[in-house]
Amino acid sequence: MSRRVGITGVGVISAAGLGIDALWDAVVAGQSAVRRIERFDPDAWETHVAGEVRDLSVSKIVPKHYRKATKIMALDIQLAVTAADCAVRDAGLTTPGTDVDAPRSYPGERTGVHIGAGLIAADVEELTAALIEARTDDGAFDMHAWGRDGMNHLTPLWLLKYLPNMLACHVTIIHEAQGPSSTITCSEASATLSMNESVRVIQRGGADVCFGGGADSKINPLACYRQIASGRVTDSLGDPAAAVRPFDSDANGTAIGEAGALLVMEELAAAQTRDARIYAEIVGFGASHTLGDPAAPYDPPGDGRGLKQAITAALRQADCQPADIDLIIPTGLGIPTFDLEELAALQSVFGERAAGTPIWSVTPYVGNSSAAHGAVAAAVACRALAEQTLPATINCDQPLGSFATATAPSKPADLQHVLLFQTSYAGQNAAVILKKV
Amino acid sequence: MNQSDRQRVVVTGTGWVTPLGCEIESVWQALLAGQSAVGAISHFDASTYPTTFAAEVRDFDARQHMTRPDLHEHIGWSASFALAAANLAWKSAGLGATNSVDRERTGIYLGSGEGTLDFDNYAGTNINSWDPDSQSINATQWITTAHQRLDPHRETEQEANMALHHIALDLEVRGPAYNCLTACAASTQAIGEATDILRRGDADVMIAGGSHSMIHPLGITGFNRLTALSTHNENPTGASRPFNRNRDGFVIGEGAGIVILETLDHALKRGANILAELIGYGSSSDAFRVTDMHPDSRGAVAAMRGAITDAGIAPDEVNYISAHGTGTSENDSVETRAIRTLFGEHAPHIPISSIKSMTGHLIAAAGVVEFIVCVLAIRDRIIPPTINLDAPDPECDLDYVPNEARNADVRTALSNSFGFGGQNDTVVVCRFDD
Repeated sequence: MSRRVGITGVGVISAAGLGIDALWDAVVAGQSAVRRIERFDPDAWETHVAGEVRDLSVSKIVPKHYRKATKIMALDIQLAVTAADCAVRDAGLTTPGTDVDAPRSYPGERTGVHIGAGLIAADVEELTAALIEARTDDGAFDMHAWGRDGMNHLTPLWLLKYLPNMLACHVTIIHEAQGPSSTITCSEASATLSMNESVRVIQRGGADVCFGGGADSKINPLACYRQIASGRVTDSLGDPAAAVRPFDSDANGTAIGEAGALLVMEELAAAQTRDARIYAEIVGFGASHTLGDPAAPYDPPGDGRGLKQAITAALRQADCQPADIDLIIPTGLGIPTFDLEELAALQSVFGERAAGTPIWSVTPYVGNSSAAHGAVAAAVACRALAEQTLPATINCDQPLGSFATATAPSKPADLQHVLLFQTSYAGQNAAVILKKV
Repeated sequence: MNQSDRQRVVVTGTGWVTPLGCEIESVWQALLAGQSAVGAISHFDASTYPTTFAAEVRDFDARQHMTRPDLHEHIGWSASFALAAANLAWKSAGLGATNSVDRERTGIYLGSGEGTLDFDNYAGTNINSWDPDSQSINATQWITTAHQRLDPHRETEQEANMALHHIALDLEVRGPAYNCLTACAASTQAIGEATDILRRGDADVMIAGGSHSMIHPLGITGFNRLTALSTHNENPTGASRPFNRNRDGFVIGEGAGIVILETLDHALKRGANILAELIGYGSSSDAFRVTDMHPDSRGAVAAMRGAITDAGIAPDEVNYISAHGTGTSENDSVETRAIRTLFGEHAPHIPISSIKSMTGHLIAAAGVVEFIVCVLAIRDRIIPPTINLDAPDPECDLDYVPNEARNADVRTALSNSFGFGGQNDTVVVCRFDD
């Protein structure tokens, strides 16, 4: 077999800022970017904190000839476009998106795009400004008036802001990526599954280079309501930076987040030929579905069986033993049922050995960025491998069980293999193993 | 992976929920008879919309098609189509009453859409919290109203991974699970990627396909604002007119399709009834514009070429094309040009049809339903027609099997799906012959 795949670029925009440096500095310093929500007044809401992105300026990074299109980019799309720009520059690749006139590093037909996405909520102000134009005299919504005239208050291209595949669509256009492209919509597992798609496509010869990862924003009224309705968010009445507490006995829910994170993945031999910096090789991946308990089918059952299956498949493909893993990065949402599920899976794969292997999560730093989450974590993993440094663990003062890693500062470490996995709300699991090259 | 190393992949089960019904055989007969499923929209009051008609799924009782109804109390409309189609396909593959498959080696790959928005209550919540002075939403008023009006169970069923969740639970399937939502290409892409997973040996059985419904107030609004829908309100059954010079947009449909795919070894070992072999998959992006296909149809050509190359066949071995054929002015001429570009002199000799003329456009679910049609065309050696084709377009000058089904020895069929936003996917399926 066959074609191998390396990660040669990381691009991320998150609550910690624009670019991997800003995120890396935060996780080394142990500084959470979860803050009080500013996008709307959260006083009457069940949660007051989120990982809000505050450094987004998509028109600056979109090529001039394409700037008009930013008008139809929902926030999720802007996050994806920004992450793609960061990633391709970090990889040192040239595309029509970085330089229209220079020869591109790879042909467009050999360039693929796999971006995990969530359900994009329509801009509530834009939509409501149109809806109020279709009311009866007593102020209620009037469907007949909407059909006749009200809908015309929406811009003709309105729908295109909100189709989940528009993240990949704009990225393929900007970078003229004409190879295979997909949009994986599996909540928190989306980005990791998308990276897995990129690996499969490169291995089967469908492309030589792919963008893989995800982008998502759930910091808007409807998406926040849905997170609250599913019972997942922290009540966050204290210090926002301490709100998300994965694997801690005091965990009481996650923080809603948003991010864009894409990795540039290249066929390894081609990357070596162009002397690319290779953060890591993707040596194994696995996917599976967790079957919830029929009494509470959306919650994980607590036995870790589904996740174990994905992790075991990744280890087998990587030809690794559990003892080879130097760092474990689970989803770590800070939702007790999900944290316990992840610990149960680790216990069953690693046994007591898990006590000796650091477990780290990005969630306390940037919140749950949902469809982007796995790629945000993978971006940190790449940097950790490059720097041979363990990021700081925060907000775990009373670890659950015997092997969750307690709060600890960043420190140098010998890192060869990183296991990263995600489990989603509603059951999809994905695992991937990165190996230092 | 070297073509000779990989596993062969076969189709062993089919199920669908379409505007023409849920039974494979009766829907197939309706398609061969040229029957349209298009009528006035009944899901909501669309009487003043620019478009007042669609191809709706009617008389559908989701609970009839669940193994464990207690697990699906809050399932959404689109996910219930997927679950029903999955159960039908599972049974048709002979897997209903057996535990003969390893559930950890059985996966799901769907191209399913999002849930149906609770429009009345969502619109009401927004309007009720609008502050006319600041021209913005009052967030306190919004969440207070939301708690009164929105149904928390319904809202948590909206993400596009819910069809996966319900199928996995219902059929107790634990293998790899993916949902790709690449617009109108989604379920063809799902079939293609599921095939890749089987070829690699990462699973033995894949449940593949998709589901979608956008027949709701904001879905129709969105497509009407884009002027993508036909507005032949006076003649709904004649409105979906692929390749006709008087076509004026697509007709929206809804539904689901699921196929059971297996490695050939696995199917033979359990003595499955093999319906067809999936031999090729190609995928590409237009990377051109958000709203338009590339005028040289480069993405469509690349997807079809990729699928034929992957299948290891010569272009002239293809003897049926199930077109994307939406009935929009742009798609049908670009697709025609793509077929001409790729097949050259052979192009006029390949029968092509679009069942969207009868079922409407099932959006994410369209591809898998058309794939099943290819499997049936191979089985019965007959091609369903493109109806409403009474005024040929000089730009669409190929053989679209107009208005009447045609007997033909279809051995190898190609099915196209081109998504809004530039994702293109093609699969090739042929008669099984060891």
